[in-house]
Amino acid sequence: MSKYLVKRILLAVVSVFVICLITFFAMNAVPGGPFNSEKALTPAVKATLLERFNLDKPIGQQFLIYMRNMLHGDFGISLKTGRDISGTLLECFAVSAKIGGIAALFAVIIGVILGALAALFRNKWPDRLIIFLTTLFTAMPSFVFATLLLMVFCIQLKWLPVWDASNRSLVLPVIALAAYPTAYVTRLTKTSMLDALSQDYIRTARSKGVSTVKVIFKHALRNALIPVITYVGPMLAYILTGSLVVENIFSIGGLGKQFVQSITNRDYPMIMATTIFLAVIMVVMNLLSDILYKVVDPRIKLD
Amino acid sequence: MDTPKKNPFSLQIDVSRFEKATEEEKRQQDVMSESTTFFKDGMRKLMKNPLAVASMIVLILVIGTIIIAPMVVPYGYEEMISVNGKRDKTAKNLGPFEYSKREQAVIDEGGSVFPHIMGTDSQCRDYFIRVVEGTKISLSVGLFASILVLIIGVLYGSISGYLGGKVDLIMMRIVDIIYSLPDMLIIILLSVVLNERLANSNNPVIQSLGTNMVSIFVVFGLLYWVGMARLVRGEILKIKNNEYILAAKAVGAKSSRIIRTHIIPNCISVIIITTALQIPSAIFTESFLSFVGMGVKAPMPSLGSLANSAREGLQSYPLQLVFPAVTIVLIVLAFNLLGDGLRDAFDPKLRR
Repeated sequence: MSKYLVKRILLAVVSVFVICLITFFAMNAVPGGPFNSEKALTPAVKATLLERFNLDKPIGQQFLIYMRNMLHGDFGISLKTGRDISGTLLECFAVSAKIGGIAALFAVIIGVILGALAALFRNKWPDRLIIFLTTLFTAMPSFVFATLLLMVFCIQLKWLPVWDASNRSLVLPVIALAAYPTAYVTRLTKTSMLDALSQDYIRTARSKGVSTVKVIFKHALRNALIPVITYVGPMLAYILTGSLVVENIFSIGGLGKQFVQSITNRDYPMIMATTIFLAVIMVVMNLLSDILYKVVDPRIKLD
Repeated sequence: MDTPKKNPFSLQIDVSRFEKATEEEKRQQDVMSESTTFFKDGMRKLMKNPLAVASMIVLILVIGTIIIAPMVVPYGYEEMISVNGKRDKTAKNLGPFEYSKREQAVIDEGGSVFPHIMGTDSQCRDYFIRVVEGTKISLSVGLFASILVLIIGVLYGSISGYLGGKVDLIMMRIVDIIYSLPDMLIIILLSVVLNERLANSNNPVIQSLGTNMVSIFVVFGLLYWVGMARLVRGEILKIKNNEYILAAKAVGAKSSRIIRTHIIPNCISVIIITTALQIPSAIFTESFLSFVGMGVKAPMPSLGSLANSAREGLQSYPLQLVFPAVTIVLIVLAFNLLGDGLRDAFDPKLRR
């Protein structure tokens, strides 16, 4: 176990480092520095500015300085707003985390219920209906679904406000974000539930006279949930990328909106910081779900 | 002829107790199914799958429309509607099969105007031809990106799997790292950078494709092949350890022959299925990027950018969103179902 843990954590650290490396050098490859603006600066002022932001040093050293500052939680300041980036990131993250967290919970709960139902009613109409819906939702990009939701419920039917401060306006973004993961969890649960139901221990439990409810909840579902855990990491990654469009469509001031905005503004320090921040979240989530999987399922060999 | 004396415990067959089969009995043997090849058997299974057949029909229809529509429809995808050689500014945001005032006047005078099947957009362009062109671009991006992934992934995976040992270990660690990178973020990042780097490039290929498209392909080439590489490597490792490979080696077959006759036929179906499933994911990625505003260059439409620009007039002209959206869903659905059907029909592991 500890060997696996060390290996997995090492891989995560290397990935984060590679991401920082790519991001830093990609942003440095953009032609033109931040002080080549329309206003001509005197050489003395320019030199002071360059020294202040460490831009006069060789690029390798700049990278090390950036990494050191980053580990201290300092991402520099935004070129557009002049505000401290880490503060903005944390503010936006709180908004995104709320929506993303609800969406993830929704996806897991609804997905497991639907998947279990589909498996229990195999080849009857509830199964067919659920499979039809999940197939449809896995083929629908999140931006299409989000815009359709906005069109139908906000503009045509006027059931929900496009945006206000209440929690009601979070309903549609959460549904839009959760649609694909829900469909995926449903499929996953159905397959593993069918697999679990055909196992010998289910037959044994039934022949002992255990009630159907108990067989389903205690024996089948518990084992069927294990593959769902592996999907939690990729699911959160999907929700994070999905938030790039969903937050823009519903005008929510989260990380996704911030990211797209900083790209439109060519705000390089902001792009860099957001990329690294999002990437670290994804890598850590993947790491956690992998470790959790190994902890939960004792059948998996630990090497 | 008298048979030799039979030992009571002998297993020797007593020929005299058998009789010859009649003609009718011989004919019964012919009813057995004729021998099929792997491909024929797979196709038969595929044709029995109604969803896969329906997907194929949808895809054929879509591709047919892409080929035929530009020949039939007299409008270009970046051309503004004009009547009698003059630009018609009244032909803005028309509904499906609606005519503008000046077009109506031409019709009243007895002239003929080709109908706008999906109406027109906010810049007086025929929307149907734009959706067709967008579909063409989205599909070709999906196809080329998948081919790129196929080539790199298969080469990398087969080298890694065939050589094995230390080389395999190092190559797979690299794959592990790339696999854990968040692809969408890297794509966006690279698009930003390449946009700035290539903006003033005079390379005709880059000029015609637009820098965003180039970066999409670059990123697919850099990141998306790892899934394919892992798969191919796994297949080759599995096949390599089979007894028939050992037998072939023992008989003295050259490794080129082993690769050609044993390894390739055994993993080709898995590769084809994965490629088929890669196409919708590439279309997804492209439309996502176009929607964020980082996809194809301006006058060129793609399904994602069409959906994006329809957002501005969502309140008044919702159909402009519905057409590209439905097309994306239809294409992705068809590819997914076809891929699943191919897997059921051709994957040797699922055969019963």
